[in-house]
Amino acid sequence: MKYGVNERGYYGQFGGAFIPEMLYPNVEELREKYLSILQEPAFQEELNSLLRDYVGRPTPLYHAKRLSEKYNTKIYLKREDLNHTGAHKINNTVGQILMAKRLGKKRIIAETGAGQHGVATATVCALAGLECIVYMGKIDTERQKPNVEKMKLLGATVVPVTSGSQTLKDATNEAIRDWINNPEDTHYIIGSVVGPHPYPDMVARFQAVISEEIRAQLLEKEGRELPDYVVACVGGGSNAAGAFYHFLDEEDVKLIAVEAAGLGVDSGHSAATSILGKTGIIHGSKTLLMQTEDGQITEPYSISAGLDYPGVGPLHAHLAQSGRATFFAIRDAEAMEALRELSRLEGIIPAIESSHALAALKELKAGPDDVVVLNLSGRGDKDLNTILTYFEQQDAQQ
Amino acid sequence: MPNNRLTRLFQEKSGNLLNVYFTAGYPKLEDTTTILEELEAAGADLVEIGMPFSDPLADGPTIQASNMVALENGMSLKVLFQQLENVREKVTLPIILMGYLNPVMQYGFERFCAEAARVGVDGLILPDLPFAEYEEEYKPILEKHGLSLIFLITPQTSDARIRQIDALTNSFIYMVSSASTTGSQVQSTEAQRAYFSRVKALGLKNPLLIGFGISDKPSFEMACQSGHGAIIGSAFIKALQQPAEVRENVRAFLKQIR
Ligand SMILES: Cc1ncc(COP(=O)(O)O)c(C=O)c1O
Repeated sequence: MKYGVNERGYYGQFGGAFIPEMLYPNVEELREKYLSILQEPAFQEELNSLLRDYVGRPTPLYHAKRLSEKYNTKIYLKREDLNHTGAHKINNTVGQILMAKRLGKKRIIAETGAGQHGVATATVCALAGLECIVYMGKIDTERQKPNVEKMKLLGATVVPVTSGSQTLKDATNEAIRDWINNPEDTHYIIGSVVGPHPYPDMVARFQAVISEEIRAQLLEKEGRELPDYVVACVGGGSNAAGAFYHFLDEEDVKLIAVEAAGLGVDSGHSAATSILGKTGIIHGSKTLLMQTEDGQITEPYSISAGLDYPGVGPLHAHLAQSGRATFFAIRDAEAMEALRELSRLEGIIPAIESSHALAALKELKAGPDDVVVLNLSGRGDKDLNTILTYFEQQDAQQ
Repeated sequence: MPNNRLTRLFQEKSGNLLNVYFTAGYPKLEDTTTILEELEAAGADLVEIGMPFSDPLADGPTIQASNMVALENGMSLKVLFQQLENVREKVTLPIILMGYLNPVMQYGFERFCAEAARVGVDGLILPDLPFAEYEEEYKPILEKHGLSLIFLITPQTSDARIRQIDALTNSFIYMVSSASTTGSQVQSTEAQRAYFSRVKALGLKNPLLIGFGISDKPSFEMACQSGHGAIIGSAFIKALQQPAEVRENVRAFLKQIR
């Protein structure tokens, strides 16, 4: 695969495993074993049956007629919002929990920002009967209280992280520190296509089910496997990696990655990493990240907690730099407008993350004969408080 | 093999080596060289100056906090090199810079090595620099500037990998005492004794300095029995938090170790 990872864990010049020796044995064990475990027929069978009966896959590919009419093109929504726990995140956690069991691990750790990945991890740990510890920035535990309560209900321990800026990047640091301190019995379920090799590749493979299904479903509905556009939002980049995966080498398919511009790319309150980031090292990966001139990692901003990460997975850094994918940056206000629009046109309340992808439709310039597949990565239930507060403030200003 | 203060130190002295880590620009921005001078006067054999980073993921709470304070004080690589400009007029002990790769990359790796060598630095510890990348990309640059790179090993590092590291090393090997981030307490366990004797039996060409969790005289002496010396970091940072004047804190702490 031209855009796949190479044997050394690189996508072009991005990726690798920039980790201290204390992490090496754990990461190396995973690197040595993940491909052969993935290819075991028994593993595949167990994974597929869980995806079908537990997660609820395949998720529908829905022809959104009223939305299509509005944008004068043919839009399909890939309904990852209909997965168990409400987002694509569970595709990865189901895969990784089976991986952890094959590796003989007894204890699971994870980081979470908005809490979606934390909930998806706590869910599969309950399913597998494994201990679960989720690191979450203290500020996020306050912003995302319902998800904290869900994780606890599912039996997980939620550890509020008070180091650094007390958000997602610090929760990730803390999870990594836990792994350093527990080098034998613990598996770290990372939540996106980030971190040291093999994580970006492994997570992309678990999310690749999204594009595998899109191809089959499009063939059935349109008589062709390839859409003209695939659109997805990018935080770390896992839902986009999954939606792009089986189209990466099909150069006729335009890949559209949508980042969060926050209050505006140049406002100083943004998460548009592909524009604002420079090559560096974050969480063991060489990739684009937002940082000061001195190489200190900076805190991003977006209304959507799931897009609020200062880096981007190395695959996406490569897609951005090579020009294989086109990147758009969508502001808070545009995303919130798109959220309301989809709710009213189609009766679907999307996650704020996914709303960034929706807001990019107006930028696409897709024609009436084009087929656009948009990955609706999650549902908006988790965001209800943010949504209500946002529109109340907006009404008050008018 | 570079001929620097570090390589010479290990030729001259083979045991009870005391290596002290502190964070540049901590507790006050201007304390870096004061601490350095005082450490030399009080009998440290070599020092590691930490280059602060926003996301020090191998460090425990004490060093993390010192990194944050140093950054708030305005520390950066540029400032650090300014502070070290005439350091060799005052101190002779070997100096190692320790930190994470990202700030060094942004400064420019080659420029960083050139500056480090120019002000009189002898070695680097960059824990997140993988050694395949080191061999291919970075080694020639370090060699050109006469700098030694120090690698870490842990109880989980295999014999084969330790031998590889030994072959790549020309100063000393940083032996992490237990699977942990910096600053956690070492307990002398059966597993740890087995680890120390396993590594000793390998008959490595490089000396071993034991670090992580060495905090006082007993743990220092214990480490010196298993290796050629020890590295003290978090405990020293804590000593710098005492109310006395910074020179006084350095002296009091070292008196208690030596
Ligand atoms: C619904 C949803 N979409 C997207 C994301 C962003 O993650 P990624 O870029 O890895 O898909 C998140 C993260 O929490 C999410 O919850």
